Amino acid sequence: MAMIEVNDLHKWYGDFHVLKGINESVEQGEVLVICGPSGSGKSTFIRCINRLEEYQKGTIMFDGRDIHAPEVNINTLRSEIGIVFQQFNLYPHLTVLKNVTLAPVKVKGMDKKAADELGLQLLHRVGIHDQAHKYPAELSGGQQQRVAIARGLAMEPKVMLFDEPTSALDPEMINEVLNVMKDLAREGKTMLCVTHEMGFAREVADRVIFMDYGEVIEQNTPSEFFKNPQHERSQQFLKEIL
Amino acid sequence: MQYQFNWIATVTGEPGRWLWEGFVTTLEVSFIGIVFAMILGIVICVLRMTRFKPFVWFSVAYTEFFRNTPLLVQIFFWYFGAGVILPDSINDWINQLYYWFPGPFTLGGGEYTGEWMLFSSESVSVIIALAVYTSAFIAEELRAGIFSIPKNQLEASRATGLTFLQAYRFVIMPQAIRIVVPPLISQFLNLIKNSSLAMALGVTELTYQATQIESYHGLAFEGFTVATLIYLAISLVVSFAINMYNKHFMLQVKY
Repeated sequence: MAMIEVNDLHKWYGDFHVLKGINESVEQGEVLVICGPSGSGKSTFIRCINRLEEYQKGTIMFDGRDIHAPEVNINTLRSEIGIVFQQFNLYPHLTVLKNVTLAPVKVKGMDKKAADELGLQLLHRVGIHDQAHKYPAELSGGQQQRVAIARGLAMEPKVMLFDEPTSALDPEMINEVLNVMKDLAREGKTMLCVTHEMGFAREVADRVIFMDYGEVIEQNTPSEFFKNPQHERSQQFLKEIL
Repeated sequence: MQYQFNWIATVTGEPGRWLWEGFVTTLEVSFIGIVFAMILGIVICVLRMTRFKPFVWFSVAYTEFFRNTPLLVQIFFWYFGAGVILPDSINDWINQLYYWFPGPFTLGGGEYTGEWMLFSSESVSVIIALAVYTSAFIAEELRAGIFSIPKNQLEASRATGLTFLQAYRFVIMPQAIRIVVPPLISQFLNLIKNSSLAMALGVTELTYQATQIESYHGLAFEGFTVATLIYLAISLVVSFAINMYNKHFMLQVKY
């Protein structure tokens, strides 16, 4: 059974039809890269999966449950799906370590000491354990985004969503974040990444889907997709970003 | 003719006692007023932020009404006007409060008759007026503080599984409070200064006592100067104390 199963997903903002029937299924351990021009609905699509966006038609099954089923607790659901945003969105009033441990302590009721241990371990994994007691503003963009990844991992989610995680970063900081993401991918984390980082996609993605105007218009393995895009719009898109 | 300043006579004897009484009454009226103003302000702010339309309308009407009418008129309304529409039982209860007071007593080296009574219906009216008036401003300050926190903070915290209330408690409010403290201080100081209007109902607070000193002892310049300095001192102490608190406990936020 697939980890995520999306069926005929539609969303409207007023009259604007943002998602026009997405059908997608993501297996456990799969790394899916979603690309496409801005406004194509790719961020909206992944934000539907943890219900940061509501949708009007279709179903999303996560780990065998309809995410809109009445018995599904939205907070439990969200704690099983980590997300990393373009703008990091760290909590400026908390230290790096507290940013990571807030959810385990408050949502899972983990005791402070165990949470700190987990937090330090995760910060180690993303390579910033020595900055644990600093505040987010004292870190570079790349470091902040790595903290955000550690925060996302702290609830031990079954899936990680990445919403353009490197788009707000200075070029020299992109790789440090991508490397962390590649490690995660190799460790077998199920990941959905909205990104235009073709190197990342080539290296670790199992599949690339290309979205435009709210539809998935092409999907393929990364090597095939980049070498030999089928659709006219994906050809044009790749020409523009490469 | 040279005016002979008599500062000693102003701060000792009967004038000195009056000033002390006035000081204590001003502090009491202000403190109770601030507590109720905060409580009401929080309630009005929360009502405004719900999605239930009647709550929102009530909150908007409350804020606009009390912010945009003169405080002195509101004080007169609560004292002369409100009694007419309140049930007798509540009026009786307010009048009753007067008799809770223990009667003559000594404080700060002076004998007090109990005439300056905090719980007279005059004082109660003034406290209600000050609290209601100031709460309208406080509600707006709180709302502005909360709105100044970027929406993505709520989104990020909800995305980790925090409930709405947890997200507010651990992520939004700690950041909002830091922003809200300076305007709140100025609302508190306004309330303290506005409490001088209580003299219009004969509440024996600081300003009333200064006018007494002028009437009975002719020490107009000295009386009002000392009263002014006492107001200044109260304001500076309140502002300093809250700022220190904020510096120590709230200013850890860095952007």
